[in-house]
Amino acid sequence: MPERSREHASALGFLIGSGQGNLGTRMKLHEYQSKELLSRFGVPVPAGDVTNDPAEAAEIARKLGGKVVVKAQVLMGGRGKAGGVKLFNTAEEAGEFAKALIGKRLVSNQNPDGMVVEKILIAEQVDIAKEFYVAVLLDRAAQRNIVMLSAKGGMDIEEVAETDPESIVKIPIDPAWGIADFEIREGLAEANIPIEARSQMVTMIKRLVKAYIEADAEMVEINPCAMTPDGKIIAADAKVSIDDNALFRHADYKATSAESAEDPIEEEAARRGIAYVRLGGDIGIIGNGAGLVMCSLDEINAAGGNPADFLDVGGGAQAERVKSCVELIMMDPNVKGLLINIFGGITRCDEVAKGILAALDELNLTIPVVARIEGTAAEEGRALLAGTKIVPAQTMQEAAEKVVKLAYA
Amino acid sequence: MAILVDRNTRVLVCGMTGREGSFHTQQMIDYGTQVVGGITPGKGGTTHLGVPVFDTVQEAVEKTQANAAVIFVPAPFAPDSVLECEASGLPFVSLITEGVPTQDMVRVVNRLRQNGTTRLLGGNCAGIISPGQCKMGIMPGHIFKQGDVGLVSRSGTLTYEIVWEMTRAGIGQTTCIGIGGDPVAGTRFIEVMRMFEADPDSKAVVLIGEIGGSDEEAAAEYIKTMTKPVVGFISGRTAPPGKRMGHAGAIISGNTGTAKSKVSALEGAGVPVADKTSDIPRLLLKALERLGVGV
Repeated sequence: MPERSREHASALGFLIGSGQGNLGTRMKLHEYQSKELLSRFGVPVPAGDVTNDPAEAAEIARKLGGKVVVKAQVLMGGRGKAGGVKLFNTAEEAGEFAKALIGKRLVSNQNPDGMVVEKILIAEQVDIAKEFYVAVLLDRAAQRNIVMLSAKGGMDIEEVAETDPESIVKIPIDPAWGIADFEIREGLAEANIPIEARSQMVTMIKRLVKAYIEADAEMVEINPCAMTPDGKIIAADAKVSIDDNALFRHADYKATSAESAEDPIEEEAARRGIAYVRLGGDIGIIGNGAGLVMCSLDEINAAGGNPADFLDVGGGAQAERVKSCVELIMMDPNVKGLLINIFGGITRCDEVAKGILAALDELNLTIPVVARIEGTAAEEGRALLAGTKIVPAQTMQEAAEKVVKLAYA
Repeated sequence: MAILVDRNTRVLVCGMTGREGSFHTQQMIDYGTQVVGGITPGKGGTTHLGVPVFDTVQEAVEKTQANAAVIFVPAPFAPDSVLECEASGLPFVSLITEGVPTQDMVRVVNRLRQNGTTRLLGGNCAGIISPGQCKMGIMPGHIFKQGDVGLVSRSGTLTYEIVWEMTRAGIGQTTCIGIGGDPVAGTRFIEVMRMFEADPDSKAVVLIGEIGGSDEEAAAEYIKTMTKPVVGFISGRTAPPGKRMGHAGAIISGNTGTAKSKVSALEGAGVPVADKTSDIPRLLLKALERLGVGV
């Protein structure tokens, strides 16, 4: 069935953050937050608690009977391999490990800079007889939400999609009606989920869908969804990310959003309300409008440079905001040159120029800055920059070539 | 001729009295757009920027014979505004507002598609302009020029960049449409391509895509059947996977949404894809020349 497998593969595109998670958004919840959320909707999760105190960790482990798993609450892929997850038979051992783990920097292939462990989750160990995969997410192509299922749980779903796409089944969710029990039953049968697990899975999936919709999640992923030797279904691991745009109606998550920032500059950007993504290179980029900024970073790459960031100054930016953007970029010590690419629509180029000059003044910029400004009030803007150390450029291609050449000189 | 909006379009502005709404309403009026009314609940009966304000869309439609609306209402209230426009019988709505939650868009877009009476453009888009006739959006009007090339894009400022290159090269536009940068959009590339194909005045089309989703690929399938030449551009060719590039929808997810996949789908449909924005006028001129059409 080539048609079907193609459809399966396309749905998988939305499964970023699965397994080797790297969503790049600020609202990825920690495992303990995800489990708390799902638990509120009646989804069975392992008993456990979160703490930042080793003594309390031992106490939690003792209450759970000593046979526990300790999990570092860091939002990075490869957490297990980095030594952030371990099983113990006694509360004492768990407490010892907690002492060593809290405050430690975990480093993995996916996150070479590493992250410092602030909180740990201590949970009961789940005896796993069988592992499945369940997720609720948006199918962009269909413009609808879907449930994704596979009997192949416990591994990276994208790998499953490549090696065995037929094992992945998706069930569309009607935007008005939601999902019907029979649709879930059909999906479970198609995914070859064992018959004895299905009735509990129907209930769990309905609750996952409810949680997904009501929490404005971008994705709810249970991997593995475990079946214990005595036949109970439980969400052994859970990953939930929340749609940033919906935070206005979820004050509870809003409070935790800073906590889940993955990079200190990105965190500061979020505080200033600036759309900034750190890319790890050395040429800073400021532009207006997502498409134009993306295009600018393509041009930097084409010119042989390595972009340090994606930064969208936003529509109608005033001088103060432009200055704040330059300031933000300069927090990255790797930045060797700065490209400013503005096509003024609502944004006035003279305001941008004033912002650049203010930044030049106050930040004592020593790196080369190339500015290409076009559109509304461009003449006035260029006049303001004339005679300063800002290097002008006519087109964005020219600007990219100039800044790369100057920065690497 | 143009698609969706022209000099006969009678426009309502939802959220007209707000800061953004006021600024852009004035710009639209200055451009020559027929702005016939504004909607702000509680301010009905007043006048703003010389335009009558109404409490409800229904009343505004009855009193002004409006046939389109542009929405500047803040994100938490924007979905309601779209539904009100639909319920009041407006056939076309342009949603400029950025930041509407995805789940709201899923519900609204599916409802509008099911009812089939209102075309929604956006959200998180620059809107639509038929140069010299009507502007329902936030684009700077002066960079556009009336002509015979249609344009559709997910990005606002990148559209301005490319339109400005076209205008300076003497290539005018029939209609330029921003479909917006969100993952769930009211109008998709393929739908706009169908409209341009059917529009006798549009001789060629520019499609400006970006990373994320698979709408460019879907459009490429349709382009194979089109009689008109199409020129493409894809931004974010060097964007890293898993990072959201400003637009909520601009993210490479697993193997889906890469620029490579979009470029190869378009090229597979016979569309020349520009490496640089500055190449677009040349590719357009070449495409139009081949058809023996003057610009």
